[in-house]
Amino acid sequence: MKRLGGPAGAALACCLASTATAGEIETGGKLLLTHGVSALEGGAGGGLATWAVIAGAETNRGVGGEVHGTYVDVKDYKLRAFGGAVGWHDRLELSATRQEFDTGATGAKLGLGKGFTFKQTVLGAKVRILGDAVYAQDSWVPQVSVGAQYKDNSQDAIVRAVGAKDDKGVDVYVAATKLLLSQSLVLNGAVRMTKANQTGLLGFGGVNGGYKPQFEGSAGYLLSKRLVIGAEYRTKPSNLAFAKEDDWVDLFAAYAVNKHLSVTAAYVDLGDIATFKNQRGFYLSLQAGF
Amino acid sequence: MRKTFVLAAIAAFTLVGSAFAQDATPPGEKPVDPYTPSPANAGAAPLTDPAAFQAFHGKEGLTRIAGDLVDRSIADPRIKDIFATTDVPRLKRTLAEQFCYVLGGGCVYSGRDMAAVHKDMGVTNRDFNALVENLQWAMDKEGVPFAVQGKLLAKLAPMQRKVVER
Repeated sequence: MKRLGGPAGAALACCLASTATAGEIETGGKLLLTHGVSALEGGAGGGLATWAVIAGAETNRGVGGEVHGTYVDVKDYKLRAFGGAVGWHDRLELSATRQEFDTGATGAKLGLGKGFTFKQTVLGAKVRILGDAVYAQDSWVPQVSVGAQYKDNSQDAIVRAVGAKDDKGVDVYVAATKLLLSQSLVLNGAVRMTKANQTGLLGFGGVNGGYKPQFEGSAGYLLSKRLVIGAEYRTKPSNLAFAKEDDWVDLFAAYAVNKHLSVTAAYVDLGDIATFKNQRGFYLSLQAGF
Repeated sequence: MRKTFVLAAIAAFTLVGSAFAQDATPPGEKPVDPYTPSPANAGAAPLTDPAAFQAFHGKEGLTRIAGDLVDRSIADPRIKDIFATTDVPRLKRTLAEQFCYVLGGGCVYSGRDMAAVHKDMGVTNRDFNALVENLQWAMDKEGVPFAVQGKLLAKLAPMQRKVVER
């Protein structure tokens, strides 16, 4: 197909792709929800927590991907995130996400100005290193992936002013995912080495320290092949002197409308954020993919 | 009339020819190359909880599920080519036996092992998953609750390692 050029070539390529033969790149093929949904930081996961699955509906012979838009509305803040991820051969995942943390009226109380918005770009890479979460039902070995996220906060002066050491940081993590088909359960655990304050939205490091291991866990129950409900827990460091940072909890439901579209809704409790207490509210995320 | 007789004679001769491999080729099925039947060929140890087998409506329910699964798959544009030369009656029968065996229904699985059956078919993960989707459809049609469907899928999922070639 490389020899063909121009619009005619592109048109032909589009139609040949639907009748892929050996050696060509395939798309699709995974079972519903077996690639998770989009986590807040852009990779495949459950919402707040990271999973070991690779984004996209591709199998070991193809390429997949998804785009997502996420909206979180808690008492004093709003968070918008949007981005995308590509999966290659169900082995490698690359993701990019933009997060906007809108302080709204709270911004004025924090002395940042009404409607002040923290912004952050997260670039992620994840590699599946062993196991298969779906097929290996005769073994306790989970699917295990390792990943890294490079986070760049665009408000360096502000995050330094609140006591963070850096406006950029790298998280590294190991994640394990196991689907227990005979119990209709999906279990996830991840350990993340991070110095990010509120995932990096409030910078990285601080007087209380730098890199610390944090845990992310989630458990889901499959009500049908389209619907999973569950809970997540994510521990957080507390590096900043001016405000304590709490662990995050959510109760979620993820629904696959079809092979290309899924919706995740959750009730989230993000605890105290920047001295404002009990940040509870809802989380809504839409994913479209192939 | 005579033509029918000749065909029947040929069929009978073929049956006799294969009688050394298997005791008898079941009616409506084609003869197969010799192999040693074994419960291990089913590819999974049976469940011990009888509740799941009942939720599949026993051997009759599993026979309907296997039949629907095969009918849907041989018409499925994603995977129908794989079944082009398949002995459909035999596949339906052995699949029902396999499902019944692994669900602890006490059936005898008389088919070949998964690696031998799928050798050189070039089955991909995509094909395997398409078959799983068709099985989910057939189980839904039979009215098997989703949580119980998982018990059968959990038994079949590890067979991916024997079935998928590329």
